[in-house]
Amino acid sequence: MLIHRVIPCLLVSQSRGGLVKTLKFGKPKYVGDPINAVKIFNEKEVDELMVLDIDATRERRGPDFKMIEELASECFMPLCYGGGIRTAEDARTLFSLGVEKVALQSVVATNPGIIREIADRAGEQAVVVSIDVKRNWLGRPQPYSAAGVKQPSSDWRDAVRQAVANGAGEILLNAVDRDGTLAGPDLELIREASALAEVPLVAIGGIGSLDDMKAATDAGASAVAAGAYFVFQGPHRAVLITYPRYEELQALWSKNA
Amino acid sequence: MDVTIVDCGIGNIKSVQRMFQAADGSAEIVDDPARLDGCKRLALPGVGAFDAGMTALAPGWIERLNHFVLEKKVPIIGICLGMQLLCRRSEEGTLPGLSWIAADVVKIDTGGDKALKIPHMGWSVVTPTRPNPLLPDDEGEQRFYHVHKYRAVCDREEDVLATANYGTTFTTAVHRDNIYGVQFHPEKSHRFGLALMRRFLAVPC
Repeated sequence: MLIHRVIPCLLVSQSRGGLVKTLKFGKPKYVGDPINAVKIFNEKEVDELMVLDIDATRERRGPDFKMIEELASECFMPLCYGGGIRTAEDARTLFSLGVEKVALQSVVATNPGIIREIADRAGEQAVVVSIDVKRNWLGRPQPYSAAGVKQPSSDWRDAVRQAVANGAGEILLNAVDRDGTLAGPDLELIREASALAEVPLVAIGGIGSLDDMKAATDAGASAVAAGAYFVFQGPHRAVLITYPRYEELQALWSKNA
Repeated sequence: MDVTIVDCGIGNIKSVQRMFQAADGSAEIVDDPARLDGCKRLALPGVGAFDAGMTALAPGWIERLNHFVLEKKVPIIGICLGMQLLCRRSEEGTLPGLSWIAADVVKIDTGGDKALKIPHMGWSVVTPTRPNPLLPDDEGEQRFYHVHKYRAVCDREEDVLATANYGTTFTTAVHRDNIYGVQFHPEKSHRFGLALMRRFLAVPC
């Protein structure tokens, strides 16, 4: 039995002074202190952790290395960082601080060669390409950029194919319309992306239950990531950090597909 | 220093150092083979491609490591690519490995299961094949974080220390004399990794 990775995804916003959680990529709500959250997730023995700085590219700045080093020092599990990475040198610095994987997005649109450049030195497994997809009013999936970066192709599938061809070790597929909704993953999107990508696919967006995670992996995701599910509790979205017990995850994936 | 971590530019050395420290060991990072004198235990972490790893070791490291590991019998642990470098060669590259373990490195075999993508990236249960200093065989299930495309195949079964499964069963830890290697990342495997680091720190030197 394969137990898929379950990855909390934390969003950092400097302008809001800490961790936030968004709804469909908007309405960032403050949910706490990043270091504290990482400590709690470490104690809960999460499979892996993802930290994304959602302001860096928009504010035209690079990663906050000091904060990341502090976070990394609390992580006895793999850590993936994304946000504001513009050069292979940025990635090299992140690896030296104790980050295992870098997530690239905006930079890939203008410099797709950066994937190979980083992978050649650190290995493909260290390079995650993050692809945001939003359905338009016709329900058709379109590439999306929160930072307003123009995408090279209007077909989101090209972004997946290109990323893999350029050496990405993993694809992070974000269903923007599901972000923060807890309404369930976009299974159709996951199915299509998984068929295109030979490398592991991490699905994020909409996870609201353990069954949602199972549905996402049944649809072809190698791992699932979630934000709101791990930080909110109850109908009023009170902030409470949780993570399923290993036995629960074991039981979940021992059910037949 | 309890452990000297080899920094030839291929590893996540900082995380390895932190885990040794969390296991109450002192660990130094050394980026110059001339500074290996007096080392008690060695760690060789590595990520990335096989030839890149051997190329990074070429300027001065290989001779010095051969001296300490083969002649002085200093205990060493190779981690991830570091484990593969202990072997003779790899399908991934053309350069010879350190050849301390009689093993070749070949591609992962998922047994034809298309749902199992490569690289194998995730937590797998690791099963010791015999009593050994690194992994207890009587304390229940242990799981470790793996990230790899290749796996070691040992000539001698007695060099295999533990196995895991990803479509098929593969060797995930090797051991011969003072030489240890783990395909997984103990430095990123919570309490399981912490316990393994403690055990390595307790290996007599």
